[in-house]
Amino acid sequence: MCKFVIAVIVDNKPGVLMRVTSMFTRRAFNIDALTVSTIEDPNYSRITITISGDENTKNQFVSQLKKLYNVKKVKVLDDDVTVKRELMLIKVKNSPETRAEIMAAAEIYRAKIIDYSTDVMSVELTGEPLKLDAFIKIMMPLGILEMCRTGIVAIERGTDTMINQE
Amino acid sequence: MKLTGSDIVIETLIEQGVTDVFGYPGGQVVNIYDSLYKAQGRINHVLTSHEQGASHAADGYARSTGKVGVVIATSGPGATNLVTGIATAMLDSVPMVAITGNVPTALIGRDSFQEIDITGITLPITKHNYFVSDVKDLADTIREAFRIAKSGRPGPVLVDIPKDVQVALTEYEKQPCTEKFKNKIAKDIYIKQAVELINESERPYIYIGGGVLGQDMAEQVLALADKIGGYIGCTFMGISCVPTSHERFLGMQGMHGHYASSMANKQADLVIGIGVRFSDRATGNTAKYVKNTQFIQLDVDISELNKNINVDVGVHGDIKNSLERICEMVNENPRPEWKECIDALREREAEIEKKAAEDGKDRFMPKQVFDIINEIKTDNTVVATDVGQHQMWAAQYLKFAKNRTFISSGGLGTMGYGMGAAIGAAVAKKERTVLITGDGSFGMNLNELATAVTYNLPITIVLLNNGVLGMVRQWQTLFFGERYSNTVLERKTDFVKLADAFGAKAWRCATPEEFKKAFHESSNAQGACLIEVLIDKDEFVFPMLPPGGSIDDIIVSRERGE
Repeated sequence: MCKFVIAVIVDNKPGVLMRVTSMFTRRAFNIDALTVSTIEDPNYSRITITISGDENTKNQFVSQLKKLYNVKKVKVLDDDVTVKRELMLIKVKNSPETRAEIMAAAEIYRAKIIDYSTDVMSVELTGEPLKLDAFIKIMMPLGILEMCRTGIVAIERGTDTMINQE
Repeated sequence: MKLTGSDIVIETLIEQGVTDVFGYPGGQVVNIYDSLYKAQGRINHVLTSHEQGASHAADGYARSTGKVGVVIATSGPGATNLVTGIATAMLDSVPMVAITGNVPTALIGRDSFQEIDITGITLPITKHNYFVSDVKDLADTIREAFRIAKSGRPGPVLVDIPKDVQVALTEYEKQPCTEKFKNKIAKDIYIKQAVELINESERPYIYIGGGVLGQDMAEQVLALADKIGGYIGCTFMGISCVPTSHERFLGMQGMHGHYASSMANKQADLVIGIGVRFSDRATGNTAKYVKNTQFIQLDVDISELNKNINVDVGVHGDIKNSLERICEMVNENPRPEWKECIDALREREAEIEKKAAEDGKDRFMPKQVFDIINEIKTDNTVVATDVGQHQMWAAQYLKFAKNRTFISSGGLGTMGYGMGAAIGAAVAKKERTVLITGDGSFGMNLNELATAVTYNLPITIVLLNNGVLGMVRQWQTLFFGERYSNTVLERKTDFVKLADAFGAKAWRCATPEEFKKAFHESSNAQGACLIEVLIDKDEFVFPMLPPGGSIDDIIVSRERGE
C-alpha cells in the first residue's frame, strides 16, 4: 500500500465536484483527503486527492477520472519533487499545568497561537501532514477539545505547470 | 432566426440526423411535444405505453442500427421511469440521448409538483448529463450530447431542460451533424509487444465482445484468426459480431457458454481480448481464469485495461486500427496442433449435444424452438430477447450472419427489456423482428404490446411459457435444495386471449410442428403476433459454470427425474 497525491484540473462549474466524488463511490475507491479550490484561470478548479492503494488502483483511479467530461487534466504528483502542505486548527485545554508545554511545542513546530483564554488555547499549524500528526500526538495527552485539518494541497517544483503539460 | 427552446430541441435533433424518437408526453415537455407536432413529416415520434418501454425502444433502435437512440420524457415520474433503460444502455455501451423536461428554473429545489433531480439520479448511469439553465446553451448542449453518446466507447447522455428554457426565445442557426471525437491510435510499442506475444504463442484464442459490435469489424477479426490459426469465442455482447457458422468461431463462452469456446479459452496459452471487459459472467472465477495464460487486451477505453484481470499487453486505442496493424505485422502460422485440440473439443461438444437431444427426444425441447427459428428467419432478421433461460438458449442456439442482429441486455440483465427493444428495432429496420421472451420477463412490460399493435409493427413474440421463473428456479434446484421460493408463478393469464385483447394475432403451441406452423404464419402476417410455446418447467440451461466457479467446474447435463 502506497499513498498517492493526484492533482486534477476540472471545469469550474456547478456539480463538477459531485461528478468526481460520485465516481469514487461507484468504483469503490477510498479517499484519504480531498481539497478543492479555484486556480489562476477562473474557468477551472483544482482538486487535490490523496488515495492509498497499489499501482493498479492508482492507474484505474486515473483512467476513470479521465473519462469524466469535466475533468481536463490528471496528474499523479511525483513524490520527489512535490511540495505538500496542510493547515490545521486545533483547540486544546489551557491550564496552569499544560500551558508551558503547549507554548513550547507551538514554538518548536512554528505554530501560531490564534486564540487564548484562561481555559482554552487555539493553535494554527501548517506543514507536511506528518508534522501535523506529530503535533497532534503531543497535544493528545494535554486534552484536545476540537480540531480540523484542510487535507493536502500539493504543487510540483520547477517550471512545469498542470496547464502547460500534455 | 429566433426560435423557442422547444423548437430548438426538435431542430437540433433533425440536424443531428434523427428521424425517429420514442417517448411519452407530460406537463413539463408539452412545449417540446407542440414543437414535434409542428415538425410532423420531418421527424417521427413513437408513443409507448410507459417511459421505460420508450427508453428500451431507443436502445433497441440504437443497437440495431448503430445510430443514436433518442427518448423524450417529462419531469418527475417520467424521468425516473427512464432510469432502468438508461442504466441498461450504460452497462452495454449503447449510444442514447435522453431528453427530459423539468419544472421552471424558479421552482427548482422547492419540491415542486413532479420535480426531481434527474441529473443527480442518473449521474452514475450516464456517460455524461446536462441541466440546461440558459436557452442560449441549448442547441450546443444537445449537439455535444450526441457527440459524447456516439464517440469512443458509446453510452447514454441525458439532457434535462426546465420548462422556462423550452419557452424562451433565442437565435438558432442550423449546423451540420456533429462528428465523433477521433479515437486515440495505439502506440507502436504496444502493437509490437502484442505481435511478439502472438508469434510466440502456440494456442491463440481470440475473445471478442461488444466493442467489436460497435465497430463492424468481423472482417478484421476473421483475417487475424485465419492468419494465425486462431479460434474465436465471444462474450454475450459479442454475439452476431462474426457469423455463427464460420469455422473459426466457437460461440459464446462463460457461465452458459458453449463447451468448446469455454474450454478453448482454458486451453489457450494466449487470449487476445478485443473490446471485452473480462466480465465475471464470461470468465468465472478470475483467479483460476488467468492461470497459465497470457493476455492481450485491445480497448478504446483505457480504464478497461487491467480493470478486471491483469493483462500482459494492454493496447489502448481504436480497436479496428490496432487489430489491422497487428494482423499486418504478425507471422502467418496455421498452427495445425491447435486445430487438432479444437477439433477434439468440438467432437466432445457434439457428443454432449447429442446426448442432450437423446435425453429429450420424448418432449418438446427449447432447442427445437430455436432450430425452427433458425430455419425460417432471414440473415437480416433482428432477434431481441428478454432476460432469463430463454435468453441464454437464444444466445447458445440461434445462428447469426450479420452484425447487430442480436439485441439483448447483457450487462444489466434487465427483465422487461425485450418488448421495448423489439419495438425500437422494428421501427428502425421496418422488417419483421423476433422477440424471444419468457412468461416472467414478458409480464414486466407487456403493456408495450399496445404500442406494437398501434403502430402495426412487424414483431413476432415467441413466449416460452414454463409457468416459473426458470433461471432462478434452476439455481434453486442446483444450489438451494429445490426450495422454490417465489419462483412458481402459477398465474392464470391466458396469453392468447391477452394478445387478442391488445389486437395482436396469437397462437398457442405445445409441439414443434405446431410451433413451426405458427412461426411460419407469423412471418408472413401483418403487424404484431404472439406465439406462446408451452415448455416444461424443469428445462435447464447447460452448460453452466456454478457461481464463483471456473471452467473446471463446468456442468454439462443433469440426469432428469432424480
